[in-house]
Amino acid sequence: MAESSQQHIDIHVEFSGGAELLFDKVKEHEVKLSHDNNPWTIRKLLVWIKENLLKERPELFVQEDTVRPGILILVNDADWELVGELEYEIQNKDRIIFISTLHGG
Amino acid sequence: MEKGDLSDSSTLLGDLVEARKQIAELKEKLHLCKQKEFQNFQLPNPDEGIDREGSEDDKRKVNELCNKDIRRYSRQLILPEIGVKGQLALINSSVLLVGAGGLGCPSAIYLAAAGVGHIGVVDYDEIELDNLHRQVLHTEERLGKSKCKSVADSIHCADICQRIFSSHKDNVATRYLLNDACVLAGKPLVSASALRFEGQLTVYNHEGGPCYRCLFPRPPPPETVTNCSDGGVLGVVPGIMGNLQALEAIKIITGLKASYVQKLLLYDGLYGSFRSIKLRARKKDCSVCGETPTVTGLIDYESFCGAGPSDKCMLLHILTPEERVTAKQLKEHLGSNSPPLLIDVRPPVEFDICHLPNSCSILFTLSC
Repeated sequence: MAESSQQHIDIHVEFSGGAELLFDKVKEHEVKLSHDNNPWTIRKLLVWIKENLLKERPELFVQEDTVRPGILILVNDADWELVGELEYEIQNKDRIIFISTLHGG
Repeated sequence: MEKGDLSDSSTLLGDLVEARKQIAELKEKLHLCKQKEFQNFQLPNPDEGIDREGSEDDKRKVNELCNKDIRRYSRQLILPEIGVKGQLALINSSVLLVGAGGLGCPSAIYLAAAGVGHIGVVDYDEIELDNLHRQVLHTEERLGKSKCKSVADSIHCADICQRIFSSHKDNVATRYLLNDACVLAGKPLVSASALRFEGQLTVYNHEGGPCYRCLFPRPPPPETVTNCSDGGVLGVVPGIMGNLQALEAIKIITGLKASYVQKLLLYDGLYGSFRSIKLRARKKDCSVCGETPTVTGLIDYESFCGAGPSDKCMLLHILTPEERVTAKQLKEHLGSNSPPLLIDVRPPVEFDICHLPNSCSILFTLSC
């Protein structure tokens, strides 16, 4: 399939460090996002995740349009801060990981 | 010992208990003696004792290895990356371990074994039975005793000091406090944590890498923080992370490149995966390590984080007395002609550990 005629993008979404507990303990999710004229940004993905994947207590995942403090987002194994945070345009086959920082020892 | 093994073994066991008692007493004496010796090295005001620069430090500096050191450390001395220079650096180094628990115990063993000359241990806590599966330096005989002292008694280090602060544990407030203290003192912070089957590790405030505040300018809401007593942890996981912390510290001390500056190691013990991810660089607008810092001294971390430094259970909303039933009342109800249906809402794993007879398990989650 040619890139331009693609009707959707496939991405890999992962939750770890305890964030998966909000998603029925499922860590890895293969996600198909339908491709309209507007690009998929992390901002848009957060809303989608909240509406489609999140099983409980949304306030522990998102707060005021972004992830709650204490959750790190990685795009293809790099800190999302390096790629533009909420405005990053998600590409086909991207790996997006949400890590809750651990507190224990 | 073919005959009378039974009586012999019980006699021997008695002897062993007696001997252990004597050892404990001797250790106590040694500990007091060491503390006295250590105090002689201190500046008059213990609060100023953190900075060891000056003549005392010079006096204690080791400039060459003795024969025993050469034999003892020979296997790591022959590594070109370490060598005599590295070993001397270790012997003259000081490491402060904050937390003498699941991460601190393995770190302490390996740092001491590698020859780190001065190890400080900070922990307010006392040893409890449910610590022992992961806090491997503590023993049943030491239940209720100070964790700091237990670590000091268990490892062999040229100089080990115990500082007992009122609040030190792995929690958000302590993380900000440690981070700020390290930034203000210009020291690297090798930070790790472990929960359930997972571990995380990174080095803050070193070689241009970010500090904790660069990554997390705002503390997480207190209700989102899960700790070991709530979440559980498999002992070997902090064991692995603590060892990795010791390795990073040894590399920093000996002048080798630290591997986890601006990188976060994610270990998943259940999947068996080590993954290293790239973090952001030091932030110019960071409130403590940035160009115009607003945090220039230690602050009140409890109010900053909205939570105390305890790693114990935090109850957010508890039932009022009117909403509760006492054990006695429940027994009466259960013994009546029409006993109520008893629903146990705890996770199945806790239900399996113990539950009331005739209760049924239906999970109801409210917290992490």
